[in-house]
Amino acid sequence: MLNIILPVLLFAALGLAVIGAVRRMHMWRRGRPARVDLLAGLLAMPRRYMVDLHHVVARDKYMANTHVATAGGFVLAALLAILVHGLGLHNRILGYALLVATALMFVGALFVFKRRLNPPARLSKGPWMRLPKSLLAFSLSFFILTLPVAGLLPQDFGGWLLATLLGVGVLWGVAELFFGMTWGGPMKHAFAGALHLAWHRRAERFGGGRSTGLMPLDLDDRSAPLGVEKPKDFTWNQLLGFDACVQCGKCEAACPAYAAGQPLNPKKLIQDMVVGLAGGTDAHFAGSPYPGKPVGEHGGNPHQPIVDGLVDADTLWSCTTCRACVEECPMMIEHVDAIVDMRRFLTLEKGATPNNGAQVLDNLIATDNPGGFAPGGRMNWAADLNLDLMRDKPSADVLFWVGDGAFDMRNQRTLRAFVKVLKAAGVDFAVLGLEERDSGDVARRLGDEATFQALARRNIRTLGQYRFKRIVTCDPHSFHVLKNEYGAFGGEYMVQHHSTYMAELIDQGALALNADTGGSVTYHDPCYLGRYNGEYEAPRAVLRALGIEVKEMQRSGFRSRCCGGGGGAPITDIPGKQRIPDMRMDDIRETGAERVAVGCPQCTAMLEGVVEPRPLIKDIAELVAEALIEPIVPAKAPSRAAPEVMV
Amino acid sequence: MTIATVALVSIGAHPASGRARRAEQDARAVELGLQLAGDNLHVLHAGNPHEPALRAYLGMGLEELHVLEQAHGADALPVLRDYIREAGVQVVLAGSQAETGEGSGMLPYLLAEQLGWPLVVGVAQVESIHNGVALVLQGLPRGQRRRLKVRLPFMATVDNAAPKARQSAYGPATRGVVDAEVVEVIVDELSTVGVFQPARPRPKRLKVIRAKSAADRMKAATAKATGGSGQILKGLSSEEGAQAILKLLIEEGVVR
Repeated sequence: MLNIILPVLLFAALGLAVIGAVRRMHMWRRGRPARVDLLAGLLAMPRRYMVDLHHVVARDKYMANTHVATAGGFVLAALLAILVHGLGLHNRILGYALLVATALMFVGALFVFKRRLNPPARLSKGPWMRLPKSLLAFSLSFFILTLPVAGLLPQDFGGWLLATLLGVGVLWGVAELFFGMTWGGPMKHAFAGALHLAWHRRAERFGGGRSTGLMPLDLDDRSAPLGVEKPKDFTWNQLLGFDACVQCGKCEAACPAYAAGQPLNPKKLIQDMVVGLAGGTDAHFAGSPYPGKPVGEHGGNPHQPIVDGLVDADTLWSCTTCRACVEECPMMIEHVDAIVDMRRFLTLEKGATPNNGAQVLDNLIATDNPGGFAPGGRMNWAADLNLDLMRDKPSADVLFWVGDGAFDMRNQRTLRAFVKVLKAAGVDFAVLGLEERDSGDVARRLGDEATFQALARRNIRTLGQYRFKRIVTCDPHSFHVLKNEYGAFGGEYMVQHHSTYMAELIDQGALALNADTGGSVTYHDPCYLGRYNGEYEAPRAVLRALGIEVKEMQRSGFRSRCCGGGGGAPITDIPGKQRIPDMRMDDIRETGAERVAVGCPQCTAMLEGVVEPRPLIKDIAELVAEALIEPIVPAKAPSRAAPEVMV
Repeated sequence: MTIATVALVSIGAHPASGRARRAEQDARAVELGLQLAGDNLHVLHAGNPHEPALRAYLGMGLEELHVLEQAHGADALPVLRDYIREAGVQVVLAGSQAETGEGSGMLPYLLAEQLGWPLVVGVAQVESIHNGVALVLQGLPRGQRRRLKVRLPFMATVDNAAPKARQSAYGPATRGVVDAEVVEVIVDELSTVGVFQPARPRPKRLKVIRAKSAADRMKAATAKATGGSGQILKGLSSEEGAQAILKLLIEEGVVR
């Protein structure tokens, strides 16, 4: 009896799965075209899955091992079950193999089950609570069914009752694991996830690479939408990426805006995009809502505007673009890209940048700096420093990119400290002076791609007139934009953060330093230096050279918590229950350090905005400048040959 | 052709950088016009239709911007007057003062005079328009408001009491159409004969406050300006009132 039912069940479920897959692919294809090498992607997929994705998952050993057992066992069991029970190949070796596979899967499923007994808040409930049981039903049913094939039990073992039970178990199992995979069940993540890895929009991220620069909008193509208004305005592989989400909530746990009670939850956002691409409401979402926004009041479809239907605008403006969600996501989904795409539409088409956004953008257009300061005052901070201007020099080893911090009195102290360090090391450097403009970072992250591109093009034209070996800046935002986002417009430079450059100078022995004596220090990793550019080591090396033993925060390195200053968040200023810098200051206080070393003008401003008493905030350049042994070492010739290029 | 509501716009200059932009107050006039007339607002500029800063007005969501094409330094007044008179306009909105050129703030007065229309300055809100009469709120110093009834057609200027202009967005700004119309060039005598020189800030009398406590200083800083020598005339006929005003103007040397 089962010999007839099993193949029918298996192939019916597979057939339905194929129909579901075609239907789902059709939904993705509502998106705009994207340039992806389909075949190469598919070929690269197994490696991306087993190596790159596993690296992310393996940060949580329990889940990594559980997943290897369950998923590995399932894939093997499914293939063998089709051979053995579907096609009737009752081979004893195949039988044993299937037994091993189902046993492996069963053990994995037990751990999934255990995890779900008391799930952490970040995990989605709902259908996801059913999944471990479905996994157990599938693996157990096929295990028992296979025992006779392996010759461990007689063929007609168990009689009608067991046969019926096993039939039901198989039905449940294949319904969840084959059919459910393409019809929107929890197992959708396997199907969509595999294809998402194959056709990821940032293929450079695999194989240990890094791709964090925002992708340019083609402003000359009048037919292309300016950003994303409706779900169908995403590229098809972005839609596919949303569908890959496993709702593990790692992003939610890492998101500073969510923790601050601002109306953003990256997991919910991705699930809302899934609702958008398939059509419907968010009533079935079984995870944590956006803080302060009940679930079930929003809905949409691919052809309806997202904002004020599916998602409220303040959700999009809460993001600090700190990339913690992207860093944590085991499916390598690109949350920040999606948020900026939707912001672009709001700014470029609707003119709906909240709070001070419009004014900041107007200032950038009219004065090349977000504060609206007279452009002529850009070099006032260095009036007494006799800095060389690029315009007066044929070439320099180092072009010191000052950044808009030049207008901020706090940051001017950092800039002056760094100049002191450069002079002490005898570096041949120059600045652009009044020719420098805002890098365009904040405009781009507020969605104003037009102003960003205008600033970028003019900066690139200015930089093109001069010869220099590298650009060094104290601002990780300028650093990131110059290094990763100007390339698309023809500006390729070697760019370094001042911490990296100072680490190099110290390595070469160009700086004579005393030991730091100011007390204990912790270090706050800026998002745009760390997660965006992978520079965790150089600032710590500089601090070590000062004899400082960094008292690390629990959330440091790639898990560093944002200061709240990125992505134009202080400008759009979406209210929450608490402030992000206050939470970060609590992290800092926990270490008991008397000072916090920073490497970013935004972080400095945000952390110094926390009410006293609190640890002192010191830029790394300030710490180094304070420890310099004066007078300047005369042995070093002023025009040292540039050290070889190191990236 | 009948156009109900017109907003006059000029090219502005950013106070810090001097770079061309949409003029702050003119943008507020457009905002008021959009709130009043929506898509039917007719935005008018006299000058160079190729000036990129004009697009910033289009970015407020206008489909079209009308330009009476004139060379730099030409007199905008006669062409605006003729255009408005021929188009059967009911309401004209403008900023109080231009940010470039003479920036004398005289244009609304001269235009209203030549059209023979009433002029309301410093309008904060147009509350309603019914049966040819508009109810407007005029902004006065210290946040005070005065409700006025004005017969149509009328002209109104706005200053910083009017609602803030909406953000100019790139998409509509690039898509919007600048509709240029060639008009007779009338040379502005003054601009050819006169000499431009930077304005000197007028000296300001220092207000010496002799206050003992912070509360006193606060009171002094926020106190209303008191007239002192003024007098309030009540229950006079319009003739007597006009006599009193004229007497004052002669005393002050305004009328000789």
